[in-house]
Amino acid sequence: MKNNILLRLSFVLMLVTLYLVFLYVPTEKEMGIVQRIFYLMVPMGWLSLLAFLVVFIGSILYLKRRESKWDILAHSSAEVGIVFTTLALITGSIWAKPIWGVWWTWEPRLTATLVLWFIYLAYFMVRSFATEESRGARFAAVVGIIGFIDIPIVALATTLWRGTHPGPVIFQGGVAPPMLLTLLVSIAAFTTLYFVLVIQRISMKNDEIEIKRLGELLS
Amino acid sequence: MNFWRKVIVITWKDALSEMRTREIVFSVLVFTFLVIVIFNFAFSASQETIALVAPGIIWVTFAFAGVLSLNRSFIMEKEEGCLEGLMICPISREVIYVGKMLGSLLFMLIIEAIALPIFAFLFNLPVLSLQIVAITVLTTVGFVAVGTLFSALAVNTKAREMVLPILFLPIIVPIIISAVKASGLALSGESWSGLASWLQIIVAFDVVFLVASFFTFAFIIEE
Repeated sequence: MKNNILLRLSFVLMLVTLYLVFLYVPTEKEMGIVQRIFYLMVPMGWLSLLAFLVVFIGSILYLKRRESKWDILAHSSAEVGIVFTTLALITGSIWAKPIWGVWWTWEPRLTATLVLWFIYLAYFMVRSFATEESRGARFAAVVGIIGFIDIPIVALATTLWRGTHPGPVIFQGGVAPPMLLTLLVSIAAFTTLYFVLVIQRISMKNDEIEIKRLGELLS
Repeated sequence: MNFWRKVIVITWKDALSEMRTREIVFSVLVFTFLVIVIFNFAFSASQETIALVAPGIIWVTFAFAGVLSLNRSFIMEKEEGCLEGLMICPISREVIYVGKMLGSLLFMLIIEAIALPIFAFLFNLPVLSLQIVAITVLTTVGFVAVGTLFSALAVNTKAREMVLPILFLPIIVPIIISAVKASGLALSGESWSGLASWLQIIVAFDVVFLVASFFTFAFIIEE
């Protein structure tokens, strides 16, 4: 029921975002039409971080309390997170091609996102390579904690290493009001979508556990 | 016995078994030597190219050597059933972590202490400066801090030695970047203050991951 409202909300917000991105917001002067991808790429990048923050918190709570609901939360968030990280990388390359003339450049934020993607990947691999499920959950939780702590250091090192990204212009008053509005609505839409997906995934996981339990009762 | 005495006992146990079997240091050294030689073919060594790629070669070699030796550190424990013995001992898990970590640090430093002169000799580069030594020691501390944690994790999975590099390499990206950059600057004769920002990242990494690994290690080898 609660999810139904969220689902509708995210649907409406997504439609509004599409309207704002493609019809409302003026085309940027220097970069032209491709700049519109910015309104999708930034929310995806933001979600990949938000998802990993939830993985981090879920992992700590799981290790402390040993209640499987926290592991399910962390696992679900990680699954949604890797999808958005992948999308952020893809949209990032599509943006890079017309602006910098190459699909991939070792630009700090792209590089940091790629490293984040690898850490997410390790998170899933550790889980699937574990001999028992509870052990996999513990191992994944440790990777979730260590991986999240690593992100600021990765960001720092890659920024110091290279630097050609259109810096954080939003905070310097460099973005026109309609652009800022579009970006904020888009971030809100994607964040709602994130919660819809995570809640959906959690209830699926609970059903899986229930089915497994029933299956064991029958056999 | 207090904390550090117990730690030293575990480190000493590792050192003793290494002195008797020579399993880690010797084989990893041969591996390191081979990697350096192979790199030499990859960059058909003229003095200018070597000066350019040398920092990268050093750190790729040490990262791979780290993966190899860290893997051995817990596989040996597992094979001989020694890990179970350690778990039964009346010591906290943190003691095991610090003891194993110091053991791996010792082995890595010995390997690097021999590999760096080989490097200087083969590539005719001034890698034996105080700056390079400092960068090497600090970065190695970061390697073994996370490496020991992940090594204990990897050995308890089905895929064993495949898991360590997949976990270890993405996490150490920031110190690899910093170590390569700092070594490059040091080789081109930069002063200490020029290296400062990179050294800061390395030290921050060391501290953060020593603490984080210290507190999460107990969850890895629970049963």
